[in-house]
Amino acid sequence: AEGAVAGAVFQVWVFVVLFLIMLPAMFGLSLGVTGVYIQVLVKILEWATVRIQRGRMEQPSVPVPLPNGIIERAGGSMEEEIGELRNSFALSDAFYFYKKGLESIVDDQVTQRFSSEELASWNLLTRTNQNFRYISLRLTIIWVLGVFVRYCILFPLRITLAIIGLSWLVIGTTLVGFLPENSVKTWLSELVHLTCYRICARGLSATIRYYNKENKPQKGGICVANHTTPIDVVILANDGCYAMVGQIHGGLMGVIQRSMVRSCPHVWFERSEMKDRHAVTSRLRAHVAAKTKLPILIFPEGTCINNTSVMMFKKGSFEIGGTIYPVAIKYDPRFGDAFWNSGKYNMVSYLLRMMTSWAIVVNVWYLPPMTLQDGEDAAHFASRVKSAIAHQGGLLDLDWDGGLKRGKVKDSFKEEQQKMYSSIIVGQNGINKDANRF
Amino acid sequence: MGSRASTLLREEEIEEIKKETGFSHSQITRLYSRFTSLDKGENGTLSREDFQRIPELAINPLGDRIINAFFPEGEDQVNFRGFMRTLAHFRPIEDNEKNKNSSASEPLNSRTNKLLFAFRLYDLDRDDKISRDELLQVLEKVDVEQKMSIRFLH
Repeated sequence: AEGAVAGAVFQVWVFVVLFLIMLPAMFGLSLGVTGVYIQVLVKILEWATVRIQRGRMEQPSVPVPLPNGIIERAGGSMEEEIGELRNSFALSDAFYFYKKGLESIVDDQVTQRFSSEELASWNLLTRTNQNFRYISLRLTIIWVLGVFVRYCILFPLRITLAIIGLSWLVIGTTLVGFLPENSVKTWLSELVHLTCYRICARGLSATIRYYNKENKPQKGGICVANHTTPIDVVILANDGCYAMVGQIHGGLMGVIQRSMVRSCPHVWFERSEMKDRHAVTSRLRAHVAAKTKLPILIFPEGTCINNTSVMMFKKGSFEIGGTIYPVAIKYDPRFGDAFWNSGKYNMVSYLLRMMTSWAIVVNVWYLPPMTLQDGEDAAHFASRVKSAIAHQGGLLDLDWDGGLKRGKVKDSFKEEQQKMYSSIIVGQNGINKDANRF
Repeated sequence: MGSRASTLLREEEIEEIKKETGFSHSQITRLYSRFTSLDKGENGTLSREDFQRIPELAINPLGDRIINAFFPEGEDQVNFRGFMRTLAHFRPIEDNEKNKNSSASEPLNSRTNKLLFAFRLYDLDRDDKISRDELLQVLEKVDVEQKMSIRFLH
């Protein structure tokens, strides 16, 4: 009797997964279940927000998270604060630097980008609960229900889908790889990739909205986007086929990469090749020059940032030539924290966290294509594209290098500050009037 | 729920810091949150490297001196009390404090104490001497209260 029940449960499970989720996903259709789920979630979260705010007023000891930081910066440039063209040094000049220094100790623009965004209101996930205390019984019950739904119902479903999706990718691309190079192969390859990524997206309960589809990246172009998580790839590949760029890994990742490249040309590099910028650029250039190949997908920040800002775009991607298709990706933090803090979590624990979030809700904007203008250098072009993406996605446009996550800032920046100051006290003539005193 | 910042700081400590520095309750808990996020070693104290990890501070020409000001003579670690004591110098002088002629010790953010702090940043060998004339000039003309204050939000 137990065997029969288990068998029945298994059959229902397979039915649900295959016919209600996988097949519609493969054809890009939706049964509307996710939509309803999101709407219900939003209602619950809104109720929770109101309840928490009420609870906060009764508990004044809990601090309110400030969206704009701990301090209010009176922004003056060095010239304004120290005084223009004074042509002499004064002891009090140091105050400007002390104040700026202390301000950055209390609240700086860079280090906060490498950890998850703090939410203004709790979204009923344990992991985002930093400053929220016990507020009411009802809230706690909803939270417990949430844990049950996420870990016992959604998680097994999502894992199944992810496994199916990835296996399908490996098997499908290997099979397609046996075909001779012709248009059928290309079409089949795109089909396999698309359906696999769609299944994976369902495996994350991802709701993706694409805007301005007329600007979608074309063959022979370069698609450039801000980077928050490895899932960015799944998000973008749900709507089009891209040639991926990256380092060849070992293990499961390597298997996937090697089978993918059998069906359509992705650009995978060995670790040793990555160090040689020239080799990388020339290979990418060759790919772009053959205008029939899929657009390359590149993340010029070089590392994952927490989706509140866009950091410096490395100019290497902008030296390849060809048309750049910028894309802005913005995750809705209410439903789950998509940012991959690679220092804190490895890939596996990150994916587990993703699969036990409420959902992933993303907005993707395709921006009009941009090209290098006459007399513009790659760094300036990179900056221009970055600003466009930041502006569209509602993200802060920063010039700081994402590499500061792991490395130190270059001494040349400090020297720039020193040069700026000396030009103020020395004046435009380059001669210090007071120098004659000594 | 919540293994983060505010639960590790006891109420008595917050009260003591409040009395010593004049920061409000919420400001202290928020600054504690910041302190722990800078403390990569998670041992309750900050080292010089923790400060140097802040890029805006690293490019500040006087960054090293500012970092030094946090560390008492000969020490390599600063705890939260020391951190707050140094930051307290940059709290703005509030109007109701200006007219206090208290015989008790002056608040850390008084005009004199702000100047003393700035003085010590210059006096690297800590022998209490820099040029007298320049110091007098500062005492007379400069709006110390505004230049050596940071607007902490409540």
